[in-house]
Amino acid sequence: MAADGALLELREVVAGYEEVEVLRGVSLAVRAGEIVCIIGANGAGKSTLLRTVFGMLQPRDGTIRFAGEEIGGRPPTEVLKRSLGYVPQGRCNFPAMSVEENLEMGAYLRRDARVRDDIEAVLTRFPMLGARRRDPAGTLSGGQQQILEMAIALLLHPRLLMVDEPSLGLDPRMVEIVFDTILTINREGATILMVEQNARKALSVSHRGFVLELGRNRFEGTGQELLDNDDVRRHYLGG
Amino acid sequence: MALLEVRGLVKHFLGVTAVDRVDLAVEPGELVSLIGPNGSGKTTLFNCVTGYLAADGGQVLFRGHDLTSAPPHRVARLGVARTFQQVSVFPRLSALENLLVFLQQHQEEHLLARLVRTRRVRRLEAEAIERARRLLDLVGLAAKADAAAGSLSYGQRKLLAFAAALMPDPELLLLDEPAAAVNPTMINQMKDHILALHREGRTVVLVEHNMDVVMDISQRVVVLDHGQKIAEGPPEAIRRDPRVIEAYFGR
Repeated sequence: MAADGALLELREVVAGYEEVEVLRGVSLAVRAGEIVCIIGANGAGKSTLLRTVFGMLQPRDGTIRFAGEEIGGRPPTEVLKRSLGYVPQGRCNFPAMSVEENLEMGAYLRRDARVRDDIEAVLTRFPMLGARRRDPAGTLSGGQQQILEMAIALLLHPRLLMVDEPSLGLDPRMVEIVFDTILTINREGATILMVEQNARKALSVSHRGFVLELGRNRFEGTGQELLDNDDVRRHYLGG
Repeated sequence: MALLEVRGLVKHFLGVTAVDRVDLAVEPGELVSLIGPNGSGKTTLFNCVTGYLAADGGQVLFRGHDLTSAPPHRVARLGVARTFQQVSVFPRLSALENLLVFLQQHQEEHLLARLVRTRRVRRLEAEAIERARRLLDLVGLAAKADAAAGSLSYGQRKLLAFAAALMPDPELLLLDEPAAAVNPTMINQMKDHILALHREGRTVVLVEHNMDVVMDISQRVVVLDHGQKIAEGPPEAIRRDPRVIEAYFGR
């Protein structure tokens, strides 16, 4: 694997929960500016990989380098400070707080004076959030909550944004909006690492993809190569 | 007579009408999908039918019995099973035990018979375990039978919950986004299984955003928007319906 120019590089990463080993030596590189997608069967270790990079799990073996620096085992706050954002699977963290308060919470790491402006900019950029800024985030639809979580992550101007199943539970129109948002964020300079079960859609917008199987690398290639690969199609894309 | 009949169902939340005078009749053995944008009232309708929410108006009839506002356990006992979008499993129980718990809730075995473990009880238990293993195999979790459910990934819990809903062999199965978070190849297996249940005469109502699933297997599709039924018909007609394209598919 070409390590040159990799913004994020995992080598032989082993990680898991208590006695369960989920990642059994995964290697992966994401170059600056790319959209990279991880697909695989349920339980293959996709979400665990993102959690391990974000410092929610200690790698038991292997190395995780971000922008040339080893970050394996660093806590999430340390990882965030290096401009590595993460949008977990599921819905918003603070459902009782307003949309605006959620954004303020998300930006707590920032000390500069432009936070306020950035929050306003985000509310303008995503009109569906702007229109609901004073409403409790828990009353937003699932899709709106997903956009809110991405908006929060964007406030930290991530160099790399990791997104776990952005299309989960969304209606077809909202899926389009979420993927368009990911493309826009990428065009504006952020590198994207995403996990998706809507694999055809995700691969079609990704520069490259990785297939995980039982915690190990199975295939890798450009989005199109994976979409065209018969084995990948049969086992991971539903034929 | 319709197996499930919803008449003029109304449900409000803080001034918002989540379900607005919806009529829905599902015939025995039918496979019906309910689609609509996020927030259009699909899950609320399920919640009202299964007793998790009390309706503010209208009626729910199952086999002609009025079930409006009946508690969930009574609805379940009558043969209605459902899955949830937000999956909940018993994290400390194994995957297999999770399925057995589901069955137990529906068995009306006499307490004394259980205590003395009559031959009949033991046979039922053996059958239940056998059935649970088959269902785990079906959703690709055979190797995880003895693993704590809490150690499963989100998608695997989703599959476990799907298997659990099938345990009591319900007459009416309400599935709330079973394909979300599930790998496409597994979705195909899920689809095949729903079709197999349909061929056996079971009645299924499916809420799903995955149009490959909805359009492939449904006999009839009902579309909700802002709590109201805006269209109803066979999949091909729904796909072309301008109101549905406008409200749901987009573009």
